[in-house]
Parts: sequence; C-alpha cells; structure tokens
Amino acid sequence: MDGLYCEHMTVRYGRRTVLDDISVGPFPPGRVSALLGPNGSGKSTLLRALAGLGEATGRVMLGADDLTGLTLARRTRRCLYLPQALPAMVHLQVLESMLAAQHATGVVPSDVQGDEIDAALHMLDVFGIADLSMRYMDELSGGQRQLVGLAQALGRHPDALLLDEPLSALDLHHQFAVMDILRRETAARQIVTVMVLHDLNIAVRMTDYDVILREGRIIAAGAPQAVITPATLGQTYDIVARVEKCSRGLPHVMVDGLR
Amino acid sequence: MRVPEESIAAPPVSPSAGLSAYAREVRGRYHGLLRRRMGLLGLLLGLIVASVVLDFSLGPSGLSPSVLIRTLLHPHHVPAGQGVIVWQIRLPYALMAVCVGASLGLAGAEMQTVLANPLASPFTLGVSAAAAFGASLAIILGWRLPGVPDAWVVSGDAFVFAIGSVLLLDMVSRRRNAGTGTVVLFGIALVFAFHALVSLLQFVANEDALQDLVFWTMGSLTRATWPKLGLLAAACVVVAPLSFAASWKLTVLRMGEERAASLGVDVARVRRGALLRVSILSALAVSFVGTIGFVGLVAPHIARRLLGEDHRFYLPGSMLVGALVMSLSSIAARNLLPGVVIPTGIVTALVGIPFFLGIVLRRRSMG
Repeated sequence: MDGLYCEHMTVRYGRRTVLDDISVGPFPPGRVSALLGPNGSGKSTLLRALAGLGEATGRVMLGADDLTGLTLARRTRRCLYLPQALPAMVHLQVLESMLAAQHATGVVPSDVQGDEIDAALHMLDVFGIADLSMRYMDELSGGQRQLVGLAQALGRHPDALLLDEPLSALDLHHQFAVMDILRRETAARQIVTVMVLHDLNIAVRMTDYDVILREGRIIAAGAPQAVITPATLGQTYDIVARVEKCSRGLPHVMVDGLR
Repeated sequence: MRVPEESIAAPPVSPSAGLSAYAREVRGRYHGLLRRRMGLLGLLLGLIVASVVLDFSLGPSGLSPSVLIRTLLHPHHVPAGQGVIVWQIRLPYALMAVCVGASLGLAGAEMQTVLANPLASPFTLGVSAAAAFGASLAIILGWRLPGVPDAWVVSGDAFVFAIGSVLLLDMVSRRRNAGTGTVVLFGIALVFAFHALVSLLQFVANEDALQDLVFWTMGSLTRATWPKLGLLAAACVVVAPLSFAASWKLTVLRMGEERAASLGVDVARVRRGALLRVSILSALAVSFVGTIGFVGLVAPHIARRLLGEDHRFYLPGSMLVGALVMSLSSIAARNLLPGVVIPTGIVTALVGIPFFLGIVLRRRSMG
C-alpha cells in the first residue's frame, strides 16, 4: 500500500484517551491531505503520533516501511512534523536557522549536501522569502516566521510532511500562495503532505484527501466532496451547513448557523 | 483524484532569475559574518591576555611585562620573593579568575538555552546558594567528607551540595510534564531554601566561624591554589568540547522545544547532558572561590548581543566574555581601595549590574 497510514493508534494523556484505536489512511503520496475537526478532537495529537512524537501505541507505515521502531532522528528525517507554534523570537539569522534545522540530527543526508547555503536560499526562494535570509528571526512578523518554519521543514526533504495549522498566521494572499507551493512541491517530490486545517473551503477546493475527527474518532475519510457534506459537518461541528457550487462550478461551504 | 483548475492555472513559483547572483551576495555576506565573529572571539581572547598582564602590572607589587616574562620563563634567575609572589600568589589568582569566569559563562549560557529562560544561571537557580550551605556546614559545624584533606574540606562540602542542587534540577526536568518554567521555579525555591538554611547556621555560629562564613559567601579569588586551578582548568578542557559538540542541537532548541523535537532532537537527552556539564563546571567554580554572582547571568547576554545565538559562536563567546569580566573584576577588586583586596563576588555584582541593566534596557528600546 502506498502512502502514510496508521493502524490501531491509541494515545492517552494520563487517564484521558485522546485517540482511541484509530486506523486511518493511506494519505496518498503526491497529494495534499487535510485533517479537519473541532478544537480538541485529536488532530494535532494524530499528526504528532504519526511523526513519532509523544507516546502512542499502534503502527505507522510509510509505503512498505514500518516507521514505528525507528529512532527519533531517523524517523523525523522521513516523516517531519511542523508544530503550530511559530519558531521562537531567537536572535538567529533566517539563513542560520535553516542551516541549524539541517544539522539538528547531526547527519545531513546526501541529497541535501552540496552547497548548504545555496540549498537553503533556494528553499527560502520557493516560499518567496529569500530576501529575508540575512534578517534576524526576532525582527520578523508572525507570518514571516511561519514561512521560515515551512522552508525549514521542506528543506529537510522528508518523505512525509505533517503540518499543524500551517496557514494560521498568514494573510489571505499567503494562505493561497502557500497552498499552491505545497501542492506543487508535494506533487513534484511525490511526498505525503498532511495538514490540520480549519478553513473548510480551502480543504474542499485545494486538498485531495480529507479526514474528519471528533473526540478522538474518525467521522469520515476520503475525497473532499465525499467527506465534507452537510451531514458530516452537522455531526462534527453541530452546525447547519450547505455545500453548493459557486458561479464557477467550484464547491463552496456555507454555514447557516448552529444546530 | 481531482486537481482543482485554479491551482493548475497558478504560475509556477520557480527560483527567481536573479537567485544565483543573490546567493553569491548572501554567501559573501554570511562568510563575512562568520569571519567577523571569529575575529570577535580572537579579540576577546586578546583582551583576556591583556587583562591578565594588566593584573600583574597594577597594584602595590606591580610588575612590568618584561619583568613578568622574565619571572615566568626563568624563575630561578629573579629574586626569590618576586618568584614566589608571581608563581604562588599572582599567577594562580589571575588564572583562576579566567577559569572561573569561563566556567560560569559557559554554564550560564547552556542553562539559559536548555531552560529557555534568560534569567537562568548558576547563581539564580540555587547552585551558589547550595555551595554556600555546604561551606557553612564545614565552617560552622565542622562537618567534613571522609578522607578529604584539611585544605579541601570547605570546597569539598560546597561541591557536594552544589552538584546535588543541579542534579535535583535535572531530576525535576526529567519528570513528565515538567516544563522549563517548573525547573526555573524549582531553582528559585532552592535559592530561598539554602539561604534560609545558611541563615540558620549563621544564627547558631560563634563569632570566628561567622566571620569566616561571611567572607566565604562574598566570593574571593584569594583562595586560588594550583591544585584547585588545575582541577577547574581540566574540567573546562573536558567539558567545553562536549558543549561545543552539541552546538547545533542547542541552536535548534532555541527555536522552541517542540520544533527541536520535530526536527529529530531528543530534547530530554540534550537537556540532561547540558545540565550535567553545567553541574560540574559551576559546582567546581563556586566551591573553589565562593559565591560569584552575575558572571553566569551577564556573560551569556553580552555574548548573545555580540555574536548572535548560533551556539558555535555563542558558547565560546560566553566563556570568553565570562573570563574577561571576571579578570577585569579581579583587577578592580585589588585596585579600587589601596592596600585592600575586596572580595571579587562583590565587585562582579557591582560591575555586572550596570552592564546588565544597560543590555536589558537597550533591548527594550530596540524591541
């Protein structure tokens, strides 16, 4: 089976069960997938568990490879989680932060060796922020730091990229720009990209595989138009919603109110 | 699977045409920055050497650099008194200042990084207070570790409690759900607890012991001896390369604990390693010379301003700044009042506070 998937994943925080025996996926390679659901539904926990961060039971597979037994350093090379928190206000230049992200595990894989500075600049340029390379991180806006975080993540050339609300600090223009970049890079590298999203319209239009979670259980999984329906939205968010075609024939989610 | 039309129509964002020229410029600027930082480290090293030489030439028995060099190179060809002053008193004193400053600077820098707190230092998290309690047990109650020679009793007791306090901090940091805030608060609790215990011992102490203890807690380099200096220097030589080897991981840790973990850094292990290194350096330093405040706190802040937070430069920078501040403080301690050597701990605090406030206030106005 291609792609990233997990089997019988359970995560507990103390006595509270956050994910209860979840099997989900495969998140397909070359496509962008989304995790949807209300706050506290276990989206971030699922992403972290897929990346091997925190304690979880169950198995995580990437294609034919079982990631479960890998060391953290090896696992994060293959399957990289990008937290929602922005990089801290550190007195470090953007370029240095890119180099540090490469060297974090001590070993720089052969496919990113060569001129590290060129590679870092190329990645910053992909996100349109090459001109920030010599600026200090503690001088940047929240959105700029979020873009640096994305460049750091993609610059590590993972096989799977797990992004926790990567659009949260971005303005409207940059939200769409980042989605375009992620779709293009995901397809070009044939990697798995999974992101936590709150914007249902971005999910329905710009992702290819969606999973809806509520209270640690899966409500629906599959192609966006099959998953994002008035019935699942009602069940998940307790809202009355419609999914209709706009004048250009694209699906659009409209919320009429609470259920 | 469906690919939306509008994203197909979006123009591909390729590396801009001018990127290679820009990359050349950035590479040049970055290498220039690295050279400048290396130059700054060299400059600090030079200033430390100059400060040590100045330490010899000032004061009542001041020696000119040429006399100093002659005494160092040919100790048997100079008057016996001069040789003893240089070799047995001034040299260990001056070098101990450098070693203690370097140890506390490095310890403070690593503490601030792994605890993600700009106020972390051996002084503010209870290592010095624990050492003072150990010293007071030796001075007031005569409690001693079995088999420790007389000359090492106070330092030995101080070391045991200092290293114990850092190991306690380490234990707290290992607890599940113990954030860096918890560790810092625990350290502050240690400060108060040990201060109270020292006060209790002072309360029951006789006059002579009380005087000894008060003098010890003021921190003084006059306790420097060659064996102690050798031990501290050896600890620096062993520990510093281990710290430098962890530079990248520590740099990534500064971007946030969760981000470091997501990039494959075993945060708990890095923190444990750093605290272990910190415990050895800071416990040895304070147990040999007493409470020296502020160097461990101020040196990392100065180094951060001078060199940024790439730990390949920040860690050696903190060591060198610590050594320089300590060396200058030792000069001030000997020369501020004619005929009196003020305890160095007092001078570091008095010199350190304006320095520190200057940095903090400048940062505020920048931010």
